[in-house]
Amino acid sequence: MRTDEKILRIRDLCVDYRTDLETVHAVNGISFDLEKGETLGIVGETGAGKTTTALSILRLLPERTGKVINGSIEFMGENLLEAPEEKMRDIRGEKIAMIFQDPMTSLNPVLSVGEQIAEVLVLHAFKDKKKDEIDARTDEVLRLVGIQPERKKDYPHQFSGGMKQRVVIAMALACEPDILIADEPTTALDVTIQAQVLAMIRELKERLGTSMIMITHDLGIVAQTCDKVGVMYAGELIETGVLEDIFTGSSHHPYTTGLFGSIPNLKTKTDRLSPIGGLMPDPTNLPKGCKFSPRCPRCMDVCLSTQPKDAIQGTHTIKCHLFKDLKA
Amino acid sequence: MNDTIQFKRQGKLKEIWRRLKKSKTAMFGLVVLSIFIFSAVFAEFITPYNTAIKQNIRQRMQGPSTDHWFGTDGFGRDVFARVLHGSRRSLSIGFLATLASLSVGLLFGAAVGYYGGKFDAIVMRFMDILSAIPATLMALAIVAALGSNMTNLIIAIAIARIPAFVRIIRAAILGVVDLEYIEAAKAGGAGDLRIIIKHILPNIIGTLIVQTTMTTAQLIMRSASLSFLGLGIQAPEPEWGSLLSEAREFLRPAPYLMVFPGLAIVLSTLSLNLLGDGLRDALDPRLKS
Repeated sequence: MRTDEKILRIRDLCVDYRTDLETVHAVNGISFDLEKGETLGIVGETGAGKTTTALSILRLLPERTGKVINGSIEFMGENLLEAPEEKMRDIRGEKIAMIFQDPMTSLNPVLSVGEQIAEVLVLHAFKDKKKDEIDARTDEVLRLVGIQPERKKDYPHQFSGGMKQRVVIAMALACEPDILIADEPTTALDVTIQAQVLAMIRELKERLGTSMIMITHDLGIVAQTCDKVGVMYAGELIETGVLEDIFTGSSHHPYTTGLFGSIPNLKTKTDRLSPIGGLMPDPTNLPKGCKFSPRCPRCMDVCLSTQPKDAIQGTHTIKCHLFKDLKA
Repeated sequence: MNDTIQFKRQGKLKEIWRRLKKSKTAMFGLVVLSIFIFSAVFAEFITPYNTAIKQNIRQRMQGPSTDHWFGTDGFGRDVFARVLHGSRRSLSIGFLATLASLSVGLLFGAAVGYYGGKFDAIVMRFMDILSAIPATLMALAIVAALGSNMTNLIIAIAIARIPAFVRIIRAAILGVVDLEYIEAAKAGGAGDLRIIIKHILPNIIGTLIVQTTMTTAQLIMRSASLSFLGLGIQAPEPEWGSLLSEAREFLRPAPYLMVFPGLAIVLSTLSLNLLGDGLRDALDPRLKS
């Protein structure tokens, strides 16, 4: 389902969280494109800025603290950062929908699931439609995610975790959005349910031709669902490429190498995994040069003083001094 | 299949009712309150208003009897009729004033809880000022300035309760507004007003109901105390507070004049408080059993 039509274009996005006491540099100049029907995986540790990126696209950053200080987010040629709020309200849910991390908290406990799905419909595509049409569409969406329509009158607490996540997905897909942002959609679920939910997301995405941004810290999920991958570290995309570049390519950013080193491998026998030493840098006080330099096993003098530039190799981009000369 | 769906649909209200029924005190409150409301609504059919204001000097100061259940007062008026018709005033002032302060409190509480920021700071400091003035004193001042009639009395006692409503609603909303399902509603494209009304209010309805019943009880008392001071409903129209005030001069020879309106005030506020307590327990899912 991949075409060359760019549906989302993000350039140099920088997001800060500002309070009276400190400024947190959450996202520091990331750029990427999303094409129609394509799935982009964004992987990274907790606090790498993945969710902040997602919230910036929908302009849902916390009003008082979150500020986009630079860059552009173009959705079908329109810069969302300059769009009026009413326009954003039309886009949210209808054009760009989001699946939140925790289905236990992302459903309103006092509204029945049918009401919550109908809510999205009433706000957008089914604004002027009659009640029975909305009911019919609600049933259809529920069936799509494998829930009996009879259960739409139930409340969230009457569903299991996996079923709740299905409801959340049903809400996100109700208006058949152009882009689906899934923010760690399976983190709160147990492994068997994870597989079910992922298979379902993949199938529905194929069927509806939706583009997707899959935010996760699980490389396994990326391998299963994504076409392109971006590795995020301290608010930067340090390595991007198509799935093959990241998983089977020969050269990698030392951080990506470290990530793969901390996953158990079925084929080789090891007693211990090798995690990356240290912690993410304090986002209020980022290192001057390469953000990964304090933890990098191959750190050089130049890494401490100058920020690395993207080294581009076909579809593969690495932000590291080691690969300066790899330009093809 | 259809039956089970119907059952589940009503599940929530039924569940609350089932738990409320288990509390004997709450049921007592509900029954007493219902009697009060019923007799206030149908007072005219039980005994005409005329009997409550018609003076009959020959029958003055008679103790309770089969003719006059609660006796007669210094002008020979039937005390039962006066208490009964007084309840129309006392209860409606209590309920209307509560409704008024609830509406204003809801408007400001929801706005400041949801938007926060400078608006929040300004409104809350204003509420601090309002609650620093003693409630009775403020009500006295307002009635004295605007003149004593039913509308002014309602305004006077409603204003003093606004800060409490604003604070409670603001706190309840602050507890909900940052939850993920509110963010999810925003991500679905819902506007602010829709989020407040459809997603937040149903979550704080329990707190609201309880606060409302308690406030109604307090405001019945407040309206009675203002009338007792002569600033509420004017004679000869009966009101519980003014009945007590009139009975004061006959405290020794005819104590029953004070007992019956007093009992009416005590029973109505007690029943509201008991019902409020019961509702709080019934609406709290953590006490589910």
